[in-house]
Amino acid sequence: MDQNNVIIQIEHLSKIYENYLVLNDINLSIKKGEFVTLLGPSGCGKTTLLRLLAGFIAPDAGNIMMEGNNLANIPPYKRQLNTVFQRYALFPHLDVYDNIAFGLKLNKMPEHEIEKRVSKVLKMVSMTDYEDRDVNSLSGGQQQRVAIARAIVNQPKVLLLDEPLAALDLKMRKDMQIELKEMHRKLGITFIYVTHDQEEALTLSDTIVVMNKGVIQQIGTPTDIYNEPCNSFVADFIGESNILNGRMIADCKVECMGHEFNCVDEGFGENVPVDVVIRPEDIYIMNKIEGAQFTGIVKSCTFKGVHYEMFVDTDSHNELMVQDYNAFEVGSTVGLFIKPFDIQVMKKERTCNTFEGVMTSEKTVEFCHGEFYCADTDWAAGTRVKVEINFDKVDLRDDRDEGTLVGEVSFILYKGNHYHITITTDDNDNFYVDTNDIWDKWDMVGIRIQPEDIHLTKLTADNE
Amino acid sequence: MNKRSRWALPYFIFLMMFVVMPLVMVLVYAIQDNTGTFSISNFIKFVQQPEDVNTFLYSIGIALINTVLCILLGYPAAYIMSNSNLNRSGVTIILFILPMWINVLVRTLATVALFDFIKAPLGEGALIFGMVYNFLPFMIYPIYNTLQKMEKSYIEAAEDLGASPLKVFLKVVFPLSLSGVSSGILMVFMPTISTFAISELLTNNKIKLFGTTIQENINNGMWNYGSALALIMLVIISITMLLSNNNDTAANEEGGLI
Amino acid sequence: MKRFFAQFYLWLLLIMLYAPILIIAIFSFTESKVLGNWSGFSTQLYSSLFSGGVNGSMVRAIENTMLIAITAAVLSTALGTIAAIGIFNLHGRKKNTINFLNNIPMLNPDIITGISLFILFVALGISQGYITVIIAHITFCTPYVVLSIIPKLQQMNANTYEAALDLGATPWQALRKVIIPEIRPGIISGLMLAFTLSIDDFAVTLFTKGNEGLETLSTYIYADARKGGLTPELRSLSTIIFIVVLVLLIIINIRSKRNKPIKKIRCTNDLRS
Repeated sequence: MDQNNVIIQIEHLSKIYENYLVLNDINLSIKKGEFVTLLGPSGCGKTTLLRLLAGFIAPDAGNIMMEGNNLANIPPYKRQLNTVFQRYALFPHLDVYDNIAFGLKLNKMPEHEIEKRVSKVLKMVSMTDYEDRDVNSLSGGQQQRVAIARAIVNQPKVLLLDEPLAALDLKMRKDMQIELKEMHRKLGITFIYVTHDQEEALTLSDTIVVMNKGVIQQIGTPTDIYNEPCNSFVADFIGESNILNGRMIADCKVECMGHEFNCVDEGFGENVPVDVVIRPEDIYIMNKIEGAQFTGIVKSCTFKGVHYEMFVDTDSHNELMVQDYNAFEVGSTVGLFIKPFDIQVMKKERTCNTFEGVMTSEKTVEFCHGEFYCADTDWAAGTRVKVEINFDKVDLRDDRDEGTLVGEVSFILYKGNHYHITITTDDNDNFYVDTNDIWDKWDMVGIRIQPEDIHLTKLTADNE
Repeated sequence: MNKRSRWALPYFIFLMMFVVMPLVMVLVYAIQDNTGTFSISNFIKFVQQPEDVNTFLYSIGIALINTVLCILLGYPAAYIMSNSNLNRSGVTIILFILPMWINVLVRTLATVALFDFIKAPLGEGALIFGMVYNFLPFMIYPIYNTLQKMEKSYIEAAEDLGASPLKVFLKVVFPLSLSGVSSGILMVFMPTISTFAISELLTNNKIKLFGTTIQENINNGMWNYGSALALIMLVIISITMLLSNNNDTAANEEGGLI
Repeated sequence: MKRFFAQFYLWLLLIMLYAPILIIAIFSFTESKVLGNWSGFSTQLYSSLFSGGVNGSMVRAIENTMLIAITAAVLSTALGTIAAIGIFNLHGRKKNTINFLNNIPMLNPDIITGISLFILFVALGISQGYITVIIAHITFCTPYVVLSIIPKLQQMNANTYEAALDLGATPWQALRKVIIPEIRPGIISGLMLAFTLSIDDFAVTLFTKGNEGLETLSTYIYADARKGGLTPELRSLSTIIFIVVLVLLIIINIRSKRNKPIKKIRCTNDLRS
């Protein structure tokens, strides 16, 4: 990347809140004039990152460089960035004009110059003639425009926008998206935009930064992120998708749902378990079975405006979401077909739960701050071990008292014929579980593991 | 950024100097005798002084009677005002609260004037009337507040489930209004037990309440004994507070007037 | 029918509550020394109140009351505003501690507040007078000021302060130009509340006024009443006070429309916050 073109450089940035790593080693370059979106579910750290940029909070590690200067000791009021806040944060005791002129007046700008600038930005946000209005009398959309005007009137080098459209209704949001894009083009300054709305991110951005649990998952253009998600989180978060377990047989050959498919991915090795992502609109569905790669029975069919959304139970009993312009009768047998380049293969991040633990006796082991029974070993207490548990061997209990550990369902992924669930314990350890039971996000569950399902390997000095 | 939290420091120091320290001094004086040596002699003196013990018990009795009367008179009033079928005007509650804004002494003198006017003798009757008159608004207001804030759908739900109006009141409205009653008790019982001056004026100095006993001792330079008596009152009040706080943890009585 | 009885009951109670005040008001328009004797209509009690015809000590008591109330209200508002901003920015145990301490003067009966301060001043050898009364009044007024400002700070958009910094205001400018204007309604109602509470106080003043002859209106009335004879002018004064309070309340009511509590009455539930 051309270094001269970089306006913001984030290096190894971390932030800890109450022992929780909200941001974990963030590295990011933002180019001049770019529209960058930080996208992720709530609690992923995107707003924290924005607040670090604005200077409202200080990082625990790492640096933010703006045009080559370290921002570490620069207070927010001296940074050449301005923020548009989620709930606008207009000053209720000031009218529209005084709100927008707030920053300029602090800079002791001559009054006539202020007037000129204010009326120019008001025109830009199509709010001319609103100068004397009380901000409390404005609608949400109008308040948002004033908030944007108040920020851009100071001619910042970077505009930070914290979910600016979240409080608006759908129609207004769509209109504002177009206006924001237009404004970005006209102003030519860098926009850093935070949202949890993937559609908004795809519409607006030059670059999308997908975040989860304080870690950047993927950085790329909207098309890259949509077409080539690098892991199952991104695939699931961006758009609708079918995410399935698969096995790479050889280069460009993947086995999935009991069938062998041609694909375009190479270099995974042979017989390697992988995740397979297929977008619902990329599955061809037809009434005739001849020529199809596999078959299925239509379970449901819902009209979605432009297309129909169908759930199809495949011959291998996986559930697939399929979108098509034609409706197919529920109960009918259909043929299905997927083209090689519509199959996105992703390396699995893990194939089982792995923890580091310590033996507390010959038949008990402690890991993740919980003590579990395990099969008898002849290792003394204090022996350090690697603990491995298969995804389907973690037993979740409604009654949290029944579990050795208690955790919260933090992420749910449907994999065609089962759910892949992430359970986060109080100490922020993650358990990954394959299950057919239906859990809801934020459910508190008890975690139980049968002794024989805990696989232990002794950790020796050289394999640590 | 959070240096602003240091702004609490001056007030914290002020509170330590003029709230915490004085209370500690009361405690220290209470457990010292006149010569400044630590002893529980003040408390022994209290127990051995039948006059003071009687005043103490009598004060608690008056406070209880006053509290009960305030509930009996105040609950129906609060209920009527919160029930839109019985009273639609929002002004009535303000009329009940208004007298609270008048100096307690002026109010008491007005009561004395009333008794003079109707040629009734001052004494126990006047004392109880004066107490109820002074503290009734403090009972009505919190009860009214809880009743007012109560979800009307609870009542509708109870009716829907077949409860008669009496049952609705006994099984739903009254239990839900208990937090208001408990705040009311606190706001009536605590001040009554600690009043002085009022009783002197209303009874022509015939009846003395515990507050007056404390005041007289302090005024006569018996600081150690007076502090001990104040401490006893503080203990009674703390107990009342704990008791009423226990059963209304959910009561978020705003305490706002008007 | 039910409605009739309900209304009847309410009015009966109200008559009981207002009868004494009404009697005072009625008999403020007669010259009779003894309340209850009607010696013909006269505004003599009012004119002598304003012409200084009454003994000078009552006029001085009124002056003292006002002086003390204004000083105490202003000082406790200043202290309380700074404290409220501080407390709002505190977290965890520190916040709980100071909130707890802040509740003590509100929960303490007046007599305890009075006696404890009296003991403190005596023990420290501080001679009692204006200063001690004002300190005592600040002690019980400030908690109410704090409690009327903190909700305003909480209602404030969480980003307001940051927005000001973001637009180039230094922390001090942000406070002056944004935070103070936003919490101003709370500051004003805190000031009015402190003023009323100070004027209203009797017990705490009695214990902290010393014996140098300092009297406020309350202590003057008390001393007067104890002597047996109530100065007749007190009737006209009480009537005036009642009307002033009435007018003030109407103003406050219109000002605050309905959403903010003005007079905090003593109650324990804040203890747990």
